[in-house]
Amino acid sequence: MRSAIIVFLSFFLPSVLFGQEKKAKKFEQEFELEVQAEYRYFFDNAQFTGQNDHFPSLALRPEYSIDWNKGDDQINFKGFLRIDTDDERTHYDIRELYYQKVHNKWELSVGLKKIFWGVTESNHLVDIINQTDQVESFDGEEKLGQPMVQFSYNTSFGTFDFFYLPYFRKRTFPGEKGRLRFGIPINQDDIGFESAAEEWHQDFAVRYKHYFSIFDIGLSHFYGTGREPLFSSNEDGSINAFYPVINQTGLDLQITHDAFLWKIESIYRSSDFQDFFAFTGGLEYTFSNIKNSGLDIGILGEYLYDERDELALNALQNDVFFGSRLALNDTQDTQLLMGGIFDLENSSRIYSLEASRRIGNSLKLELEARIFSKIDDGEFILSNFKNDSFFKISLSKFF
Amino acid sequence: MKNIKILFALTALIFSDNLLAQDAASKGLEVAKAAEKADLGFGSSVVDLQMVLKNKNGQTSERTLTTRTLELTEDGDKSLITFNSPKDVKGTATLTFTHKVGSDDQWLYLPSIKRVKRISSNNKSGPFVGSEFAYEDLSSQEVEKYTYKFLKEENGIITVEQDPVDPKSGYTKRLVQYNKSKGYRIEKVEFYDRKGALLKTLNYGNYKLYKNKFWRALELHMVNHQSRKETKLIFGEYDFDIQLTDESFTENALKRAGR
Repeated sequence: MRSAIIVFLSFFLPSVLFGQEKKAKKFEQEFELEVQAEYRYFFDNAQFTGQNDHFPSLALRPEYSIDWNKGDDQINFKGFLRIDTDDERTHYDIRELYYQKVHNKWELSVGLKKIFWGVTESNHLVDIINQTDQVESFDGEEKLGQPMVQFSYNTSFGTFDFFYLPYFRKRTFPGEKGRLRFGIPINQDDIGFESAAEEWHQDFAVRYKHYFSIFDIGLSHFYGTGREPLFSSNEDGSINAFYPVINQTGLDLQITHDAFLWKIESIYRSSDFQDFFAFTGGLEYTFSNIKNSGLDIGILGEYLYDERDELALNALQNDVFFGSRLALNDTQDTQLLMGGIFDLENSSRIYSLEASRRIGNSLKLELEARIFSKIDDGEFILSNFKNDSFFKISLSKFF
Repeated sequence: MKNIKILFALTALIFSDNLLAQDAASKGLEVAKAAEKADLGFGSSVVDLQMVLKNKNGQTSERTLTTRTLELTEDGDKSLITFNSPKDVKGTATLTFTHKVGSDDQWLYLPSIKRVKRISSNNKSGPFVGSEFAYEDLSSQEVEKYTYKFLKEENGIITVEQDPVDPKSGYTKRLVQYNKSKGYRIEKVEFYDRKGALLKTLNYGNYKLYKNKFWRALELHMVNHQSRKETKLIFGEYDFDIQLTDESFTENALKRAGR
């Protein structure tokens, strides 16, 4: 898989690098490295045999960028390496390695890149370009680098983005020792494809994004191999899964009015196996600079609906999310986000807390907690995670 | 007859008082407009700056930013601010479309998850990244955002009181000192809080004249008299030849700036 990406990149990079170099006037280069020590502790007894409780871990995030022609040409690289006691969580990835050219109204990117679409906080329905690096984080916000050609064009009535996605990346899953897995660990390689072309099914996506007065609106369509595998359970309890070819249309809308942010994300996904509609919508309100202390307190509320019912991989089929965001706006940039997702049809709840604070100039401390509470035994996915509440602490040093 | 005389005198007094107030208001507005006019036509600029925060015990912390500005005349300016340090926030960037009337439009870019988020511009009075500069101190200073009162002119220094139009401002008034002979450049601003007490003083220093027309202070020093904290902005050289356009202030440009 990785060799395929390298083949893909080696195809265009040399011509870019060496073709432009002669004409280039001024190069700007930057190199950075983040070294992160992390400790995850699962305080409930493991539900399945072979699972660990303690996960000390180390991650490296090197970054390199070079630009020329006043930034109109640039190459960006972001690498990632993690070493963990769970063998499947020990992995590396090229998060980004792309060449980008900007000319007036258009922008062209070729290579591995990360794209984010959407507006809501508790769920990211519309976001579909990159595969989720599931072993990295529970919230699904960590993504694998996606090979692409992206062409973006600005007009007075919005921006059009066109994506050609020639290669598919499989989702990562925890291994035998890992938590947040099914009874029988999913082997990445055991998940097949609907398409005979497998990883090489040629995928396409288009997005239109516009802003006018208080409205920010995005419309998108994706055709190709779905990033989310379809699951079904066999009679012996093992899980059967494959990646279907899908069409997905997405809408994201935010209305920004005074201190209110009103948000909607909605998708319709169709395939030969499943058609469904999903929706997340809600609001965020911020009380800013409370009593002139600099403190901002935001309150968040979102409703989550997914027509797939219990087969929704994220188990957010008819739930509400309440949360609060605190920003101290101090020199250490102290922030805290806490919340809970409550199932409206049963007792299942997931509480979460994320906090971060800079120490000195080049250190950052982060805390995270996820608590699975009163998980209903009938939950197809979540019941596997009911003993997987955890605390995570990490310390990053930036060079 | 006598009553009428008194009435007449009183009316004249009130009227002339009104006239004086109107006079001070229009004179103050004239100064603000003259200052705006003197800086008209810079087109666009880019500048790197260092922000030095000092707490009341004298401990300092630093951050570096790049600010790109596009001058617009029919509406407020556009600006793009990118953080270069501290490294944990490197690439975080904001895009602001200032409006002469009404709230500004603002977007925040978070490079770790590649997310652009439209944010409320309601929080004017809050501190910008823990500094003594409030968001409203750093936003484009449009004439329409204040009402004015001319106070005095001494040795070519004109003092004008500016009262924010927006009730969400953290100030009741600002006392601004303009230097008439130097293109109405600002030398000093005193900020009064919502209770009317002196909150902060901003001194402009190390002025440099660009293109024989545009004065830019290369050092801004804000002192908070109530918290005894200070923030210094130290600017590098302004580049006025960069010729930025609207295309340099789009959501895509925001993502590019932050990477």
